This record gives sequence, C-alpha cells and structure tokens, in this order.
Amino acid sequence: MIKDFSRQSLAALRMLLVLTLLLGVVYPVAVWAAGQAFGARAEGQPVEVDGAVVGSRLLGQQFEGDAWFHSRPSANDHDSLASAPSNLGPSSTDLLALIDERRATVAATEGVDEGDVPPDAVTASGSGLDPHISPAYAALQAPRVAEANGLELSVVADLVEEHTDGRSLGFLGEPGVNVLELNVAVLEETRR
Amino acid sequence: MSDTLAGLVSIAALVALLALAYRPLGDYMAAVYSSDRHLRAERLVYRLTGVDPRAEQSARSYAVSVVGFSLVGVVLLMAMQLAQAHLPFSRDLPGVPFWMSFNTAASFVANTNWQSYAGESTLGFTVQMAGLAVQNFASAAVGMAVAVALIRGFTRARTGNLGNFWVDLTRGTLRILLPIAAVGAVLLMAGGVVQTFSDTPMDTLAGHGQVLTGGPVASQEAIKELGTNGGGFFNSNSAHPFENPNGYTNLLEVLLILLIPVCLTRTLGTLVGNRRQGLAVLAAMGVLFAVSLAAVTAAEVGARSQAAQAAGAAMEGKETRFGEWASALFAVATTGTSTGAVNASHDSLTPTGGGMVLLNMMFGEVTPGGVGSGVYGMLVLAIVAVFIAGLMVGRTPEFLGKKIGARQMTYVATYMLVTPALVLVGTGVAIALGSTSDALGNPGGHGFSEVLYAYTSGANNNGSAFGGITVTSDFFQITIGLAMLLGRLVPIVLVLLLAGSLAEQGRVPTTAGTLPTHKPVFVTLLVGVVVVFTALTYFPALSLGPIAEALA
Repeated sequence: MIKDFSRQSLAALRMLLVLTLLLGVVYPVAVWAAGQAFGARAEGQPVEVDGAVVGSRLLGQQFEGDAWFHSRPSANDHDSLASAPSNLGPSSTDLLALIDERRATVAATEGVDEGDVPPDAVTASGSGLDPHISPAYAALQAPRVAEANGLELSVVADLVEEHTDGRSLGFLGEPGVNVLELNVAVLEETRR
Repeated sequence: MSDTLAGLVSIAALVALLALAYRPLGDYMAAVYSSDRHLRAERLVYRLTGVDPRAEQSARSYAVSVVGFSLVGVVLLMAMQLAQAHLPFSRDLPGVPFWMSFNTAASFVANTNWQSYAGESTLGFTVQMAGLAVQNFASAAVGMAVAVALIRGFTRARTGNLGNFWVDLTRGTLRILLPIAAVGAVLLMAGGVVQTFSDTPMDTLAGHGQVLTGGPVASQEAIKELGTNGGGFFNSNSAHPFENPNGYTNLLEVLLILLIPVCLTRTLGTLVGNRRQGLAVLAAMGVLFAVSLAAVTAAEVGARSQAAQAAGAAMEGKETRFGEWASALFAVATTGTSTGAVNASHDSLTPTGGGMVLLNMMFGEVTPGGVGSGVYGMLVLAIVAVFIAGLMVGRTPEFLGKKIGARQMTYVATYMLVTPALVLVGTGVAIALGSTSDALGNPGGHGFSEVLYAYTSGANNNGSAFGGITVTSDFFQITIGLAMLLGRLVPIVLVLLLAGSLAEQGRVPTTAGTLPTHKPVFVTLLVGVVVVFTALTYFPALSLGPIAEALA
C-alpha cells in the first residue's frame, strides 16, 4: 500500500508538471493570442480623453460634485484592487441606516422627493465597481448635470439615451447607463 | 421588453441550449471514456509521466491514485504560493501566508474554490494561471473520472477492475475540458472578458487614482465555470465587470456551469445501456433545481426583505446589468452545482433567497451537482432510494442490475454521514469559540448563517460564501481547509470502494419483481429521499439561521 502510494505519487507529480505546462502556460497564452483579434475588447476597453487613459468602460469610478453623473454607492470606494460588495445582510440595521442616509442625500442633491430615489441609488453593487446606473437614476441626475454644465436638458437627455447599454441580444440582463462614457460625452459637449 | 419577460426568455434560452447539447455532448463523453484508442498527445503524456495506459486498476489502487494526485497537488500549489515573490508576473506581491496557502491549495484541489484571499491584491498572474487554473482543470477531471469509475462498477461484472485513473484523468482533460474551455474563453473575450498580462495605473476622469487591472482572466473564467470550480480571478468573482461584463457573458457562464453536470446524465444512460435511466436522474435534479429557482427568483424579484423594502428593490450586492432575475439564476446554478462563483453578494440575498442557496448545497450538490460529483452523488442517493423501497416491499434491493447488500449500504451510509458531520461539527465548534463573534460581518441569526454557510460550502465543495465573515484566522483557514479536503476525498474513496464491490458482482436479471428505476415513481421517490434526508439532517441548524430571519 505504502509502496503503491509513493509510486503513484511520483506519477502524480509528473502528471501535474505536464498539465501545468499545457494548461497553465500554453492554454492561457494561446487564449491571449486569440484575444488579439478582439483588440481593446479583451484588454478592458480603456477610455481615453485627450490621449490619456482615464478609465475602463467596464470599471465604475467615483464622481462627486454637480458637474458629473454619480455612480452607484460602492462598498470599497471604487478601488479596483479590492473589488467587493458590502455583504450586509437583508435585515442588517447598519444597511437600513445606510439606505436611509443615502436616500436623504440623493434627494437633497437632486432636489427631489425621497420617494423618487430609485433602488440602485441607495444600494451598493456586487463588485463595488458597477459601471452602470439605472436609466431612472440617470434621468433623476440629468437636470442637475445640465444646469451645472450650462447645457440644455434635452441635450443631456440625448446623451443619456446614447450611452444606455440595452439588454444583450435584446433579452439578456438589464439596461444600464454607462456612467464613465456618459460623463466623457458631457465633458466633450461642454467643450464645443 | 419587461424584466419578467426578459427573465423568463433567458431561462428558456438556457434550457434550449442545454437541450441542444445534451445528446451530442453526453454521447461524446461516453465515447471518450469507453474508447480503446489513445490520441497521439495522450500517448506523449503517458510516456512523459511513466504511466502504462493499458494497466487496469482495482478500486483500492484507483483510490490511491486519486488521493495521491490530490495530495501532491496540494503540496505543489502551496509551494507556488509560498514562493510567489520569486515567480514571474507576480505583480510585486509577496508570498502568501502559510495557512492561507494551505487553505487555498486544499480549496482548489478539492474543486471547492473557497477563497479566503482577494485575488487582485494577493495573487500574481503565475499563481493564478499556472497554479489555480491548472487545478481547475485537474480537479474537474478527477470528479468525472470517479463518476465514470462508479458507472463502470455497474456495467462491469465479476472483475475487481475499474479502469485506469491516469487515462481517465488525461482523457477528461484533453478531450473534454480543454476544447470546451478554449471555445468558452474565446466567446467570453468576444463579450469583453479581459485577457492581458499587465496592470495599468491611471487617473480617473474625476482625478482619482485607479488601476485598470489586467490578467489572464478569460482563460481562467472559462474553466472556472466549466469545471464547476468557481474561484474568481477577482475578489468579487463574476460580479466583477472584467469577469462578467454583460447579460450575454452572464448567460454563457451559467451555461458553462450547467453544461457538463447536465450532459453527464446522458453519459450515464448511454454507458449503462438505458438512456431513460439517465433522463430519470436528470429529472430528479431538474425538479429540485426548478423549485429552487422559482423560490429564489420570487424572493429576490419580490424584494422580500427589510432592506429590499427600504431600498425599493433587492439591489444591495447586485449589479445593474444583471438585476434580480439574472442574479437569482446565477445563484441557483452556482449552488445547485458545486461551483460557488457568484455574480451577486449571497450574504445580501433576501432570507428566502439566501436560505435556498444554502439548502442547494445541503442537498449534497446534486441539483445537478458538480462535474462528476453530481452524478456519483445522485447515484449514491438513488441507492438509498432503492434500499428504502426494498425495505417497504421486503425484497433485496437492486439497482442497475446489481444487488445492494450490507457491504454496499455500509459504504453508502458512511458517505451520507461524512459531509453533514463535517458541516455540523465544524459549525458547532466555530460557534462555541468566543473569537468567532468578532469574525462575523452581521449580528444575530444572520451571523450564525455566515458560519453555517462557510462550513456547508467547504464540506460540500461549493466555495461560495456569505462573504461578510472574515475567515483569515488560523482557526478558520485550517478547519475549513480540512473540511474541504475531507469533504472531497472521503466520499470519493467510499464511492470507489462501492464501485469496486459492485464490479465484483455478477449481474442479476431483471424480473417482474425488479423496481423500475427509470420511471416517474422512482424519480418522485428519489426527490423525496433527497429532501427528507436533508431536512432531517439540517432543519435544526437552518431554523437558527435563515428560517428565523425569514420569519422575523
């Protein structure tokens, strides 16, 4: 039994080394090579402004102040080296207090009733890096952003529409407004 | 399109894709494991590893191979993590602490992928792709090999031999996992999953610092789902936009999770020469999956929790692009298989949703279960079902042409006790320790659920978590690490011994007195056995956690 075990373990070690070479080196490098066909799509889809990378269209960012559309609350302050949800439970008093606080803040910032604040504006996302907000939350913010940037509301509303990602293939997932791309579009609009 | 219609169409699309793959993939896998031919690449592997592919193994020898392969895997993976600072592409990260490296190595070898570390801040690219991802393949191939060995126990007669582990391992990896994972990785990249070898620091539009994190994510993501492993490249797993950028990649990942576990039931039916038997096993899995999906979806979409009511929807811990429907589908798929990847925070699910995903794991990961482990788990439960039916009518139970005697029932009964013992003893000891209360992310009953979830997930080799709990203390690293290894290897050894004892028997002819195990009556009995056994084992623990919270 022990002799068998040591003999088999030697085979196991050799097998693992062979598999490591094939599955741990050749496979990921081959996938990377195939990924070159997709260009920036497989490289995190960087977004550039004035020739400098200012983010990824897939990673949510922190925005504050009236001139920007704000992202959803993030449990990790949009730190891409520590992606995380809040993990607060469904009956957590801490979470209930946070929701109340966020609701009051958003209502005050946007100058609307607390009842008009959509769910995604008062809840932290699963990754802390959610690149989207709901179309309802974008619509809520549009008047403030338009005024702060001296733009017509209709112009900003068109930009929101333009940067809304629909469901994949029309039925997979839910629509969301890409906050970074929308803010870049707003910035470019103000420079015209 | 309304959220409800989109959600229903998504589920229908998933079922249609699985139905399309069922026959071709199931039969292909059956052919892979019963073929006499070796591919040229396989012959090269056998030469390099010194394996004689024609040698047949007894149950005992097969089990020694599996355990040896797993333990060598743990040691090698620990060594890589400890030496991380000296490996290339390590992003200047230091070596992983000792017990964290043990826990992580045990986790990936045991096909659990419980993660006490955060990928993006702890691991370099080399450990991820040449360490963790390799075990993603290997541990999945082990699961399939053991399932096939058990099936051979039924199909062979008067022999002690179950095949050759090294051949089954190599074929499962090269002919099944690698080709599908490669196609999956390309399809994921087409959807925007990243595959790079560098991080890019930058200033964001509003002038904050952020790192555009890179990594070989797509290659790892594909096998993470396909092998029902579940260990995320990033801490937030498939909720991270680089792992799962949109609704399309989300459905693709759910499909990859379910693909092999579902199609292996066809493989079972094909190999035992009764395809309706495969369908009967699939039906039992499907019923439990459907009920679970309905319950979780209703609770999440219906916002049935205090927090969800306060916010207006159960969106805490969920991503905008997925919403409640796609998050509920992912949660049920990942816990019904032993995957444990998550696209939303399970800790923040509604009490019913969170309790249901916990229950999915407590069923023993058989709805439809992990790659290979789902089939052997359900076959063990089917033996319990024929045993109970045999007691009712006073006949020696038979299953698939083999007598189920005292020896077989000893293996089966021990199998049934191992995982619950690990879960309940582990949870009990952890709760009894004063230090545990400091580790909890939530107070009260939900905090208890976090501990129960941790040991349930570890011992059942799922790997998802109620992530609020901090599990980096040596106590949790060691005990959950052991729960994962024992919860994987002890049942596997028992299944192989069971297979050997079945293979030694002759075949009993089917008579008018034989209980047909491919008909709806048996499916009902099987579902009943799963539910009653789980309820009897876990009801007291569940009532202290999710049930108390749901009623509060």
